[in-house]
Amino acid sequence: MNINQLTIKQARDGLRKRKFSSFEIVQSCLAEIKKRKKLNAFITVCEKEALEKARKADKEIKDGTDLPLFGIPISVKDIYLTKNIRTTAASKVLDDYIPQYSATVIEKLEENGAIIIGKTNCDAWAHGSSGENSDYGPTRNPWGEEYVPGGSSSGSAVSVSSSMCLASTGTDTGGSIRLPASFCNVVGLKPTYGRVSRYGIVAMASSLDSIGHFTKDVEDSALILSITAGKDLNDATMPNKRVDDYEGYLEKGVKGVRIGIPKEYFLEGLDKRVKEKVEQKVKKLEELGAKIEIISLPHTEYATACYYIIQPAEVSSNLARYDGVRYGNNRTYFGDEAKRRTMLGVYVLSSGYYEAYYKKAMQVRTLIKRDFDGAFKKVDVIITPVSPTLPWKIGEKADPLSMYLSDIYTVTANLAGIPGLSVPIGFIDSLPVGMQILGPQFSEGKLFQTGKQIENL
Amino acid sequence: MKINVKHVAKLSNLPLSENEEKKFEKQLSEIISYVDKLKKANTINTEITSQVTGLENVIRQDKNASSFSQKEATSNSKSNYNGMFKIKKILR
Repeated sequence: MNINQLTIKQARDGLRKRKFSSFEIVQSCLAEIKKRKKLNAFITVCEKEALEKARKADKEIKDGTDLPLFGIPISVKDIYLTKNIRTTAASKVLDDYIPQYSATVIEKLEENGAIIIGKTNCDAWAHGSSGENSDYGPTRNPWGEEYVPGGSSSGSAVSVSSSMCLASTGTDTGGSIRLPASFCNVVGLKPTYGRVSRYGIVAMASSLDSIGHFTKDVEDSALILSITAGKDLNDATMPNKRVDDYEGYLEKGVKGVRIGIPKEYFLEGLDKRVKEKVEQKVKKLEELGAKIEIISLPHTEYATACYYIIQPAEVSSNLARYDGVRYGNNRTYFGDEAKRRTMLGVYVLSSGYYEAYYKKAMQVRTLIKRDFDGAFKKVDVIITPVSPTLPWKIGEKADPLSMYLSDIYTVTANLAGIPGLSVPIGFIDSLPVGMQILGPQFSEGKLFQTGKQIENL
Repeated sequence: MKINVKHVAKLSNLPLSENEEKKFEKQLSEIISYVDKLKKANTINTEITSQVTGLENVIRQDKNASSFSQKEATSNSKSNYNGMFKIKKILR
């Protein structure tokens, strides 16, 4: 096993015991990035800077400095502003944009010792479910290069999956962390809306955007959230909620945990093999003492339609700021998907259509949220598939609507503002499959508790 | 449902070629037909949800903080003059 394949926890232990240096970890990650360049996981690699920081970290480790992420190389979705490091959002509009400040999450990760190894590829502006919409070319799935890795945080998932770093940041507006995590066999967390600061991250749909991450296991996911979560005065949409001791949930097991299985998520359209895999795992959890209950989330059938009104409406407003005056290029540089979503958003907000589309969608959002509120009176967590299908081939979903429908099991969590964790549950035809655990707002601890048990099965 | 792409593109401040207009008209109309399924949902007397935090009237602290220098603030601009953004004339 190479040291770039370690989890954060394992790497920290090794660094403390001086089994290897941070410099060596960074070097072996950089070697992996070069070796698998074809996957197109990175837009910018910070080779020189990362090696310098690692050398400095090694010195300080010798002097006794100890931080949770000290000397650990991470990658960052290229939609997080990073001071003095080019940030493109994978769009040619921001091709030469060098931020003057860093996102709050980046500051927190760096304060805790993390080393940024590079900025990862993604669907431009985080618009996409496959990773193919990048203006810098599609990202490829490390488990089968002709397959999509899932999007929008495609490069982030790929970089963790193929050990080009030990963890990565992502954003999830409708599934953009959970879907690629599932397609690439890594753990992906979409926290509760408002749990992690959105400040300094290119906004997609501001009432839905959740700031999360990819890790190799559930324990590392809990560790990263305990660093990134918490109030930031620069984000006005963060409730003043105490940050839980997430790592304290990891060994609690599932005995007595009430798990809901929503029947609407297992209907027609779901690949039978995926269904079987999820059901097998649920059965095992039951054997370990979890209480399984079939529940109903009756408005699920409206979720994708609701999402594809609210999200483009907010996109059209957020992308209106790109005028090429203060930074970036002008609006002729937008790619097709950004144009589609902007126009769709403008349309549903325009005079004569606002009531029929936007207002109606906001009402349906209430119904979807109420479905979950009701369900969580009966169960602690809900388990569903992440994606109705296995990863598809690059170029296979050519029309935008069929691409939108791949988000069917993930958009609900964003509409309701609840957290979701995607955990790997094995392979079908050598392609990864994931399972989604949902919980009430601010119940991330419970998700880690259940997720850790699934990992141990 | 057919969508007037010319009009929507104008409202969006997006310049489109004729080919693009055709392509987007078809794609957007398909998407709109799909989202039309919401019409079936019963939303009589249902409140709207525009955000999920329940927070209201959040205001920032009335505190001074350092800000960018003019040089930093204009560092990404392709057109500036004397530390200011230079834009096209908007008044005559």
